[in-house]
Amino acid sequence: MIATTAASTAILASFLSALVEAVEALTIVLSVATVRGWKPAGLGAFAGIATLALTVVLLGPFLDRAPSHALQLAIGVLLLLFGVRWLRKASLRAAGVIPLHDETAVFAAETAALRSHARRLDWLAGLAAYKAMLLEGLEVVFVVIAVGAAPGMLVPASIGAAAACALVAVLGIAVRQPLSRVPENALKFSVGAMLSAFGLFWTGEGLGVSWPGADLAILAFAALLVMVAALAIVPLRRTRQVSL
Amino acid sequence: MRLFRGILQELVGLFVDDGMLALAIVAVIALAAVVVHLVHDDTGGIVLVAGALFVLFANLMAA
Repeated sequence: MIATTAASTAILASFLSALVEAVEALTIVLSVATVRGWKPAGLGAFAGIATLALTVVLLGPFLDRAPSHALQLAIGVLLLLFGVRWLRKASLRAAGVIPLHDETAVFAAETAALRSHARRLDWLAGLAAYKAMLLEGLEVVFVVIAVGAAPGMLVPASIGAAAACALVAVLGIAVRQPLSRVPENALKFSVGAMLSAFGLFWTGEGLGVSWPGADLAILAFAALLVMVAALAIVPLRRTRQVSL
Repeated sequence: MRLFRGILQELVGLFVDDGMLALAIVAVIALAAVVVHLVHDDTGGIVLVAGALFVLFANLMAA
């Protein structure tokens, strides 16, 4: 029961976070393809994926050699910082304090920027696709490694992320437009809560805390984080409406 | 060179967006580590979870 819950949570967390990142990467790759064609977009994206694969192959063996508690603590702290950052941003967007992320607007801005360099070589456009794929991909790799840090969890976490990337790639090729209908902020909010919960769990494990309910504590932490964020969003939204 | 500096900045930005929030979380973790070291039960875990929740709430309310 506990192992199934942990595996399901790992799959869901990595699937949703990879979905958000893949949608963002797709927007940039599509804008490159629109302005400069599919060749620089495809080459840049492929080079980004190759760099990511190389990074994983080179750094992977170091993870096996690191002491278990130190690794748990390092991953926990980074995951907590990463997750809380997402949760904070999604909460502020939900409260109307900062504007929602708009894939259509990002696509338009990126396309305009690329068009302003119309005389430059295609490598500039390829570089934009490369950078987008590398940075968004690094976030996915980090989440997969962090969420899959428990024994036997790396495969479920990888499956979740791979499924999300494949889904976005297929949809992107089919519609050839930014996937602006994806409810990105709701996804970011849920993923932020889940990743922060994993972060709290691993940080505690790394410090030597034994959590009651073992892996099930992750679900309790996620629920508490959602509750606290929701408690802050309601008054923030009210204040915002009054000031408008 | 500018590309790599940009990538490095974005890498740091993955974990640190609001500096005060990141600092407060690190402080909570340090406090939890001290409590775990001094009191050998699960009080450190309570400090960690309650501290992180408080930091998140306070940061959002201050926005």
